[in-house]
Amino acid sequence: MEASNVDSVLEVSHLSVQFGNRKVLSDLSFQVSTGSSIAIIGPNGAGKTVLFRALIGSIPFEGSVRWAAGTRIGYVPQKLDLERDIPITGVDFLRARSAVAGGSIAHTSRFLNLVGVPPEIAQQPIGTMSGGQFQRLLVAFALVGDPTVLLLDEPTAGVDEPGQERLNELMHRLQVDHGLTVLFISHELSVVYRYAMNVLCLSRVRACFGPPRTILTPELLDQVYGTQVNYHVHER
Amino acid sequence: MSAEILFLSIAMAVASGLVGCFAVMRRMALAADPLSHVALPGIGVALALHIHPIVGAVAMLFFGALLVWALEDRARVATETVIGVVFSGALAIGSLMTKGEDLIEALFGGAGALQWPEIVFGLLAATAIVSFIITQRNRLVVMLVSPDVARTAGINVRCLNLLYLQMFALTIALGLRYLGVLLMGALIIIPAATAKGLARNLDGMLCLAIGLSVFATVVGTSIASWLQLETGPLIVTVAAATFLVSLVRRPSS
Repeated sequence: MEASNVDSVLEVSHLSVQFGNRKVLSDLSFQVSTGSSIAIIGPNGAGKTVLFRALIGSIPFEGSVRWAAGTRIGYVPQKLDLERDIPITGVDFLRARSAVAGGSIAHTSRFLNLVGVPPEIAQQPIGTMSGGQFQRLLVAFALVGDPTVLLLDEPTAGVDEPGQERLNELMHRLQVDHGLTVLFISHELSVVYRYAMNVLCLSRVRACFGPPRTILTPELLDQVYGTQVNYHVHER
Repeated sequence: MSAEILFLSIAMAVASGLVGCFAVMRRMALAADPLSHVALPGIGVALALHIHPIVGAVAMLFFGALLVWALEDRARVATETVIGVVFSGALAIGSLMTKGEDLIEALFGGAGALQWPEIVFGLLAATAIVSFIITQRNRLVVMLVSPDVARTAGINVRCLNLLYLQMFALTIALGLRYLGVLLMGALIIIPAATAKGLARNLDGMLCLAIGLSVFATVVGTSIASWLQLETGPLIVTVAAATFLVSLVRRPSS
């Protein structure tokens, strides 16, 4: 684990995060290779979002987080501390993000197209968007900065079934066709099995890392979630 | 009303309209009022020391902004309690330190001729505030989405927050002459809140807030001089009336 891997975009070693007396993450080490997709699973309170926030340097931690040189992160948070009744349109948001990244305003429509938000919807205040449309807008927002790595915190939460399918396919396409490294948090084990090359599972008992086939076993899942998980692997 | 007073009050209104938009979107509407109160003890100390009241006010406002900034990372409830206690306390202590006419003027703003230092300060402050919002507007919008996302976009969130709060404090200082400690927060928040309800996009909100703020200031000042009433309360009354009218015309969304 200590040996440096030239192909890895992220190396995390002995990462610990503590809030007051409560240890949320403890001695976590893993590597993410460039262009791969990693799913992060675990019960509520296991520290999945905390891990993301540590990875982007938003919270103090012990241990080390090393991103490869030139990494640009696109982050799609799970919860926003944003009032939805403000008169800012999807286009306003994308243009602001694009300007901060030093990009041109014109190419923001390309990202809307990519995530499947119709231009007339993007011209409306964000409060009028549905949950799924807003979620896709957030993905577009992350893509505007031309990221090499995407961090997605439950990107399909609150999105209807067809919308979920679209977002998952988009995530997969970005990874396979555009060579992005994708780290995503998910509770949908079937999605994890289908799209992740490796799984990092966090739990209060132990953390484990490996390909879905070895991680998503009934025994291990029972240990991670501390209860019987009804999950059937559909062989492809 | 002299030309320089009119010009300066329009510059103040433009600055407060712009700053107010982000204050409203950041849900700072309630913090605006107590933060402006903190200027009062500054004015009291300055008067006691025979220096210009604006010096004491700016110093205390910057300190108040620094306090809000330092508390922002903590739990929201704790922040609101501290703001309520500290800033209301400041208002009480400031009231004890300032006497008679000076107190009324500090609380509600006053008329009287402008001195050169005030004009220079006003123009410099208004220029600083307006240029800050124009140049940092995109960063402020990204930070609205989420501070975490802003960090991944390479924005120094803590630094930008501090700068914004200092500009907010400066805007209050700019309006103390006209509206006083008690009412300046209202001129920052009300036009922006009206604009928030009426606008359909960001440019619309910024322009509307500027327009409404200038409208309230100019109309309020004119009515005040016509009816021989206090300027500050009339400006805020006009702003509040515009807000109420806007509720009727608010587009359904």
